[in-house]
Amino acid sequence: MHNKFALYGRTVAAWLFALLLFFPIFWLGLMAFKTEGQAISTPPLLFFTPTLDSFREVLARDNYFGYAWNSLFTSVVSTAVGLLIAIPAAYSMAFFPTGGTIGLLKFMLSSRYMPGVGALMPIYICYQYFGLLDTRAGLTIMFMLMNLPIMIWLLYTSMKELPREILEASRMDGATVWDEFRHVVLPLSVGGIASTALVCMVWSWNESFWSLNLGASNAGTLAWLIASYSSPEGLFWAKLSAASLMAIAPIMALGWFCQKQLVQGMTFGAVK
Amino acid sequence: MAYLQLSNIEKFFGEHRAIKGIDLEIKQGEFVVFVGPSGCGKSTLLRLIAGLEPIDGGKLSLDGRDITGLPSSKRDLAMVFQSYALYPHMTVFQNMSFALKLAGVDPKIIREKVDKAAAILDLGRYLERTPKELSGGQRQRVAIGRAIVRDPKVFLFDEPLSNLDAALRVQTRIEIAKLHRELGATTIYVTHDQVEAMTLADRVVVLRDGQIEQHGSPLELYDRPANRFVAQFIGTPSMNVVPAGAAPQLLAQAGSAAQADGFVGIRPEHVHLGAAQPGSVPATVELVESLGVETLTYVRLANNVQVVSRGAERSSLHPGQQTQLTFEPGFVHYFDRDGKTYAGAKGA
Amino acid sequence: MKRIIPRTLLTPAVVAVSVISVIPLLITLYYAFVRYSMLDPSGHPFHGLDNFHFFFTDAAFLPALQNTFTLLFSVMLITVLLGAALGLLINEAFPGRAIVRVLLISPFLVMPAVNALMWKNMLLNPIYGLFAQISIFFGATPVDWLSAHPLVSIIMMVSWQWLPFACLIFMTALQSMDREQLEAARMDGANYLQQLRYLYIPHLGRAVSVVLMIEMIFLLSVFAEIFTTTGGGPGFDTTTITFMIYQQALLSYDIGAASAGALFAVLIANIAAFFLMRVIGKNLSK
Repeated sequence: MHNKFALYGRTVAAWLFALLLFFPIFWLGLMAFKTEGQAISTPPLLFFTPTLDSFREVLARDNYFGYAWNSLFTSVVSTAVGLLIAIPAAYSMAFFPTGGTIGLLKFMLSSRYMPGVGALMPIYICYQYFGLLDTRAGLTIMFMLMNLPIMIWLLYTSMKELPREILEASRMDGATVWDEFRHVVLPLSVGGIASTALVCMVWSWNESFWSLNLGASNAGTLAWLIASYSSPEGLFWAKLSAASLMAIAPIMALGWFCQKQLVQGMTFGAVK
Repeated sequence: MAYLQLSNIEKFFGEHRAIKGIDLEIKQGEFVVFVGPSGCGKSTLLRLIAGLEPIDGGKLSLDGRDITGLPSSKRDLAMVFQSYALYPHMTVFQNMSFALKLAGVDPKIIREKVDKAAAILDLGRYLERTPKELSGGQRQRVAIGRAIVRDPKVFLFDEPLSNLDAALRVQTRIEIAKLHRELGATTIYVTHDQVEAMTLADRVVVLRDGQIEQHGSPLELYDRPANRFVAQFIGTPSMNVVPAGAAPQLLAQAGSAAQADGFVGIRPEHVHLGAAQPGSVPATVELVESLGVETLTYVRLANNVQVVSRGAERSSLHPGQQTQLTFEPGFVHYFDRDGKTYAGAKGA
Repeated sequence: MKRIIPRTLLTPAVVAVSVISVIPLLITLYYAFVRYSMLDPSGHPFHGLDNFHFFFTDAAFLPALQNTFTLLFSVMLITVLLGAALGLLINEAFPGRAIVRVLLISPFLVMPAVNALMWKNMLLNPIYGLFAQISIFFGATPVDWLSAHPLVSIIMMVSWQWLPFACLIFMTALQSMDREQLEAARMDGANYLQQLRYLYIPHLGRAVSVVLMIEMIFLLSVFAEIFTTTGGGPGFDTTTITFMIYQQALLSYDIGAASAGALFAVLIANIAAFFLMRVIGKNLSK
């Protein structure tokens, strides 16, 4: 497909589709700056004078920053702790494989297949018993455990990509297992670790099952806040849009900014 | 007592017996080349010596110490890998000093040693660069430098020149030879290129199917091959080897020892083309390759046997022409039915 | 090589994963066989298979099963087909490709709850939503998506969210295609359609299996979208097995029945996982 017509056609098609796909988010962003009246106007308004009123009202009604902090805390801490557990595990499986390694990996992945709802009761009851309900710690633990299998798989795939000869060279240079890990494997895996961390942070931030069931007004994340808007209280679309925008903006900004790493994590390095 | 001694070394990959009871003694300061066709086990043997694969049987000792069970890091060996295996995230300096750093050597001494090695290899300008910024030849030298800095008991080279282009290969080969003269270090060098083997080695070890076919000095292997395999492996173009029945006049020269069911061989440079003489054999020219310094002529005899002749003079022959072959006396090799030499060339 | 080091490195991970998968499973197993309602404080007497009977004969069960498979299958189909098409489209460079990529990954970054509300209020609302406005513009009567076609609406929402993922996986896979093979095919006279059939599509096979595997994990547990828009209804139209269990547990407070349902969900999930693992198992061993 090397002719100009094909290029023109593809450019138009690609842009069209991308804009279409992005449109709902764009519209949401637009609505957030409208007044309630403007938001429900027919036909829909494309041009209007933007106002920050909706944002102000949302901030006044709910403790946005409290929920935002919960989201931030649980995402970052669960990812960090997860990495502490996952990196050694992935290292062990990538460089000291045994006959059972693949089986173990499959076991870990298949544990993720059970819908969370299957473990909901036992965990709810356990959390109740230990007083973990509606606590940041409780949610953090949950997010971490949830993302762990995939974290391990991503890191495992990334570490397996390291050229064998470089590791052999370090062994010839006199490196112990710890030396090898610290000076060769870790520096060379930074890209993979970053992508994994990014993807898991996005998932924790957006997590909408456990945060709804195990969290409440105290430790609730932004996901919880938005879900609590689901019961209709009259028309308040601009406010809803403002709240939504504030809920998704941070992670979208992060995703856009670290786009390359995110895509690497998203594509799981599994399709080489 | 040999410096590096291999006694009955065995290696299995699953059911497959890759290394079959190899015995070898290597003297200190010797430059030994392992050579052989793909799959002969030369790289495997090198990796066993390096400690990158466990030895399944036999004993390996270095300077009187049994190192059979020791991990690579404790064997005091250095290896130059085929793909150089440089640490991509470290500078040249860090690459070369890594081993010493791990051993806790004083930074001043590290600096000294690296600078010395860098001077020998002309790497002084590149010490702060990363491997990405270097050419293939430069990376190669860094890999060698990394080994030199460690001042190991034995240097191991695993086909180090195969990733270089032809000109660079020749140049680097010369540098490695010079290096060996200067440092006098015991070296084991693996290659499939017999030119490297002939030019660099004090001793060549020819391997096939996990066993040593023959070992000795390069010229020894060239002039007195122990069997047909070595005879045809060493030397390009290969020695002409035909069934004994196809060359009766050559067979006759072996006298009473002649085995009619064996083989007869003669190198291309001992096959001459020209006018008919007593004892010459008629042949048809198939192909003439003029290389400038020499001419290779491929001919076919009346009994359909193909022979290569090699001469320094330019040839005026072309395909289809008839010519006569003569064979230089005293340079015929005789192999029995199993390929083993039973009567060798008496010349040279 | 000592065995101890790798074992110790693995232990925390194995413990953590086991805790989250095995222990709740055992507890659920227990609850499935007793009578346990949070409304009834009198202990949990053994209930035999009654819980299972209750769950399977619930009016919602068969619809839920059907909806679950419909949702799964539809979203997978849409994302794979559209994702592959999009991947092929943006595979080769064109002006603004970087920006297009940023736009394309955005739906993946949106919270499911926001996703749901966005669709419910802004797009699907029969009076003020965009779809309705566009229909009016073209003179057609607007459709009340969430009431008339609830499952389709949910499918739309979830597909929208997962399309970027599929598209990126395919794009990455296409980037790793052997250029020389394509050139050889072109020299052999293959047109684009033939290249598609003999080169591109076989190569994408592995990518498809990765997409399906990951999507299955997340699609079986779709929750927030249903929770915030239809609440499982109207009737049982958007109730999936996951949602049904949730209703039993936290809305009807019948832990016993919910546990029975949970075990069923685990069974389905494992059957699906088994088949998928067989298909992509070779990917892991590479």
